[in-house]
This record gives sequence, structure tokens and C-alpha cells, in this order.
Amino acid sequence: MGRYEFTVAFAGNPNVGKSTVFNNLTGLNQHTGNWSGKTVSNAFGCMSYKNVSYTLVDLPGTYSLLSGSKEEAVARDYLCFQNPDMVVVVIDATCIERNLNLVLQILEITSRVIVCVNLLDEAQKKSIFVDLDELSRRLGVPVVGSSARSGRGMSELKEMIYNMTVNERKTYVDKITYAPEIEREAEKIFKKIRQKCKDDRIARFLSLRLLENDEEFNKGLKESIGISVEAEVHKKEYKDMIAEKIIITAERIFLSSVKFNNKEYNKRDRKIDRILTSKSTGIPIMLLLFGVIFWITIVGANYPSQWLSSLFENINQFIQSTLTNIGTDNIIVSVICDGVLKTTFWVVSVMLPPMAIFFPLFTILEDFGYLPRIAFNLDKYFKRSGTHGKQALTMCMGFGCNACGVTGCRIIDSPKERLIAIITNALVPCNGRFPSLITLISIFFSASLVFPFNSVFSALLLLAVIVLSVFATLALSKLLSSTLLKSERSSFTLELPPYRAPQIGRVIVHSVKDRIIFVLWRAVAVAMPAGLIIWLLANIYIGDSSLLNYFTASIDGFARIFGLDGVILAAFILGFPANEIVMPIMIMAYTSNSSLMEYDNLMQLHSLFTANGWTIVTALCVLVFFLFHFPCSTTCITIYKETKSIKWTLLAFVLPTILGLTACFLISSISRLILTFAA
Amino acid sequence: MMYLDKELSLLNSLNIGEKCVVRGLTSEGKERRRMLDLGLIQNTTVEAALKSPSGDPVAYYIRGALIALRSEDAAKVQVSAL
Repeated sequence: MGRYEFTVAFAGNPNVGKSTVFNNLTGLNQHTGNWSGKTVSNAFGCMSYKNVSYTLVDLPGTYSLLSGSKEEAVARDYLCFQNPDMVVVVIDATCIERNLNLVLQILEITSRVIVCVNLLDEAQKKSIFVDLDELSRRLGVPVVGSSARSGRGMSELKEMIYNMTVNERKTYVDKITYAPEIEREAEKIFKKIRQKCKDDRIARFLSLRLLENDEEFNKGLKESIGISVEAEVHKKEYKDMIAEKIIITAERIFLSSVKFNNKEYNKRDRKIDRILTSKSTGIPIMLLLFGVIFWITIVGANYPSQWLSSLFENINQFIQSTLTNIGTDNIIVSVICDGVLKTTFWVVSVMLPPMAIFFPLFTILEDFGYLPRIAFNLDKYFKRSGTHGKQALTMCMGFGCNACGVTGCRIIDSPKERLIAIITNALVPCNGRFPSLITLISIFFSASLVFPFNSVFSALLLLAVIVLSVFATLALSKLLSSTLLKSERSSFTLELPPYRAPQIGRVIVHSVKDRIIFVLWRAVAVAMPAGLIIWLLANIYIGDSSLLNYFTASIDGFARIFGLDGVILAAFILGFPANEIVMPIMIMAYTSNSSLMEYDNLMQLHSLFTANGWTIVTALCVLVFFLFHFPCSTTCITIYKETKSIKWTLLAFVLPTILGLTACFLISSISRLILTFAA
Repeated sequence: MMYLDKELSLLNSLNIGEKCVVRGLTSEGKERRRMLDLGLIQNTTVEAALKSPSGDPVAYYIRGALIALRSEDAAKVQVSAL
């Protein structure tokens, strides 16, 4: 344990590698990628340096503290009211002028700042020269250059943090002087609130904000520290004058400290953009990229999946025989092997390989800077649905995890558009549903084809499924925005960051490791207890029928209206805690009814399902219901946390369910009609 | 700031590859603040850089960053020829 405790906050624009710097210092690698683990609330980490221990706080990435989005409010409130000992602002060396806006705003709150100019390697490639000494002199705070992805500059940064905290190194930040009129009015407010603030700088910052007279900010200030002061003079121009002054100051500092040795430094990026976002190739390339990713996932996942499941089968048999040999009761053996282990092993062997392939591929696209281009390409469609183009990004996060996607909706500023994005997020299939979709597709729809046509066909089907989910998202958003959530359109600004060579090796290592941890954790936390409960339900008999049988039989009639059966619907209901366990529940329910079957390969799964009356129509209905049903419990809780409203949480639960049931009803009715006519 | 001799037009009328100078914003409230925070203040040079597949939004170079704006938002930025 160190002798001191200091808190260091990390701020910065999105896409500047702030999380990489943060992870580099803390050794925490959970959220390197920006999309599934995007920093949307304050993440914490620890660092120890020269026997001193530090708490590091990763603030949400923002361009400003003052334009009123939720993320900005989180960052601003933390800096103003949580009193961190110092702040590290991470900025992008290739885009310094834009980044300085945030730096200058933060310097108005605190002078205990270190500026970390990251991505120096990228700047070098573009022949952008940053004069770090000049920058430091102009800003009045220490500046360190870094390339966090290769670790360059990290030890200097640590030393600087140490100097500023332990040695209390001074900084010399000039305050920005505004027009005399503003200074005079701000001073009046300053005098009234000085007593309630921690220091003069924060008091001045808050005075300026009160002078700007933003309703929401005033309300927040009253709630958080009980300051409620009306400015004597309200002028709309004040806001403009303050914002302009900061921008101009940023421009001056930028011009004196950055030199472009190659004026055409972003020519290459524009060439790439012309291909990835043009009218003729933009959307086809997007579909092709996803198609290829799905294909690689499906083909690649097959082998490790089979290998894992036969490995687990052997382990399970070994445990079973060992337990039996040492005289364990048969019922206990069955609880452990048929209940707990079988479900857990299923989750690991079927879920892990596709995730461990899909995620790194997706993260590489993200690392490259492609995701904002998706939002750029698709914005028109979201606009037509009355929603925000950034919903394309929260949708992408939803592919990872709907709960993450829901939290990620904070990047959308307008409350109603944000609510629509939250409610519709679960319409895109998450992590926990992908492998089940892949399994259904490969055993029912493409099994009759030979390699490589079967996998290509699977990938195309999966792509179609994704396109369907995107259409459903757009349609439901349109419905919401024209009925319940009519909203005034908010402005749309989306930064298209420079492309960067993705660190393929690093991404793969981290992302695969993350997925393994994620899946193993879910296997232990959710699949194990679920396996136990399902086994109990399937094996506790009242009369000559198990509890599970009573349950499935009681909803069987209802389920059949929608082309499903009692077991399938029961599996979805019991799988509410996690979508990963829906398939294993079905398997266990079916196997407990018939004689015990092994399912160490997919074709046996096919026979198990068909033996229980599945047709291709059943499979299609299950597929559709997998896509559109109530979000898992974690997502529901997150929706409640984000909306603070039971009404909207219920709506987010009910809407996709109605959509799924309606689609299944139509599919099964139409197929019945066709069959009747055919016969 | 003698720019009145030049005719005002709106940012969304700019063709790809063309540059212009910002003269003012017509938006209000939060939206206005967001535009200012992007650096869209008087005398800022802006270049239209990239069209999305459907022609809207368009991405502009604003102070070294590439920012996509929808046509109706760009219509709230008054500009004049460079």
C-alpha cells in the first residue's frame, strides 16, 4: 500500500485513445475497444507509482463541456464537484485545434492539468509537427507527447502525475479574459457564489455558466450544490461571445505550436472515404464487409465448437463415471452432469467460438475508424424514421450487448431520439443470440449444401437476418417518432475521425481474451444456476409429469398459434436472465422427455429437434422470435436505469415481443395455408 | 469585419471541394452552442469534403476535423465566398 491516495481524472475527445492511455496506466484491459465497452459512465482503475497509489477515473469522451449532452454533464459535474486532485486531458496530435476547445474549458475549472498529446505516431506519418514545449508554454501546464498504443510516453506521463500530485508542481494558467461587459457581470455573480465553491476558479467557471443562463445547467447547479443565482443581465450574445473567445484562443495556440509539413496530409483518408462512403460503393461495401465477417465467423467457429463439445463430452463422462464409482447417489450425479455441467458446457462450446471470432473482427473495423462511416452512410434512413444517425452506432453496440447499446444511447443528445434508440436497441441481435442464430441457420437452412456453399449461404442468411433487424429498428423507430414520441428534430453533428491502421495483433489478443472472460463469467454466473433450476423443474414430478412438463403443456396451445411449441416458449421465458441459455433449456426439456441423447454435433441437434416435431417453419419461427422478443433481464434493468421510467421499460419489453409474435403468427398461418392448398 | 459587400449564402449550398467563410448562425439554444463548439464562428473557413451515399449528410472540414452535418443543419450556417 502506498502512503498517499490521489485521484486523477482522465478527460478527452472521443477517439483520441484516452482509454488506451488509461488502460496502459492501470493495466486494465477490459475496455480498449470503444464500441461494446464504450466509456459511458465514469470507469475506475488503480495505478501505483513510486509507492504512491492513485485512483484513476476515466470520464466519458466529449468534445465540449457546455453543449448540453448527458455525457458532457457527467464529465463536467465530476470535474466541478468531485474534486479530483488533478486531470489528465488526452488530445489527438492530428487534430489539435479541435481538441484544444475542451482543454481550455477544463483549464477554466482547474489548473491542475497535464495535457497528453497522444497519437504522435499518426501525426508523424502525416508530417504534422507538434511543438510540445510551445504548447506547454502557451497553456501554462505540463505537456507530454505519447503513442499510447506502443506505450511511448507512458513513463513520462506517470512521472508528471507524480510531480504534480506528490511534489505539488505549480502550473501557470492564464485565465481567458472575455469582453469587459461579460467580465463585469460575471464578477457580480462570482461575489455571490464564491462562498459556496471550493475555489475561485470553479466559482468563476460557474459564474460564466450562470451568465450564459442555460436553464438545464441552472437547474442542475441548484440540485447539486444549492446555488441558485440569477444573472442581472441576460443577453443572448454572451453565450456566443464566450464560445467564440475560447475557439479563437484555441486557434492562436494551435497556430503557434503545430506545423503541417505536408498540406495534403489527409489525402489518403479522403481516397478511402470516397470508396467507403460513395453513392455507388458505400452501402454495397458495407454489406460485403459484414457478409465476409459473418462467413469467417461461421466457418471458423465450426471446428473449435466441435472440438470443445467433444472435449466437454469426455470430461462430463469422466466426471459421471468417477462420481458413480465413488458411490455418489444417482440423483446427485444427474443434477451435476445432466443439469449443471451440460448447460454450462453448451454455453461455453457453442457461444464462445463465434464470439471469439466475430468480436475481434468487428473491433478491427472499429479501430480502423469505420463505425462512424456506417452512421454517415445510414443517416438518411434514420432521418426518415425521425431519429438520429448516431442510432446506427448504438445499434452497432447492441450487436455486442444490448445493455451496452442502451447505455451508449447517451451519445444522442435529444431526449426523445435517445428514448427511441433505447427502446428499439434490443431489436438487433446481441452477442448472446448470434451463436444460436448461427446454429439454427446451419442445421436447418444450409445443411443440405456442400462446403463452401453451405457456409456462404449461412453467412448470406445471417446477413439477411441482420438487415431484417435493422429494418425492424427503423420501422419501429418511425412508428414511435410519429406517435408516442413526436419530437423536434435535434441537430446532427458527427465527427468522422481519421483512419488509423488497426493494431490487428493487439486487438485479436485482447478481444479474444475479453470474450473468453465474458463467456466463462456468464457460464458460471448464469448458465450454472440456470442448469440447476431447469434440471429441478424437469425432474421434480407431481403425479406422472414433471414441473417443466406441466409448464410447457400449459402454454403449448398458446405457443402453437405462433408456430412455436410449449418447450420453445418456456425456454424463452426461463431464458429471461440471458439469451445464451435459451437453446440449452430447449435441449434439456426435449431430452428429458425422450430418452437421453448426446448432442456432440450439430446434426444430432437437428435430429433431436425434428424428433420433437420441428419443421423448417418451426425453425423459421424460432429464428424470428430469437430476433424479436423481450430484452434480457440485464438489458431491462439498464433501460430502467437509463430512463428512470417503468412505463418506457415496459414498452421496451412489450414492443419487440408483439413484433416477434406477430411475425411468427403470420409465418405459421401462411405456411399452414400453403400446406392446406398443396394437399 | 467588412464582409457585407459579399453576398451571403448557406453552407448546404456548397459543392464538394469548395471553400467558404462562416458569417453567422441562425440556430438557437443548444444547437447554436453545439455549432459554436465545433468552431463555426465568424471568419472560420469551411470546406465541403465528402457526400454520403444519399447526398445528405455532407462532411465538412472545420478547423482540421471532418464533421458531418445534415442539410437542414448546414442551412443554419450563413457563409460567403472565400
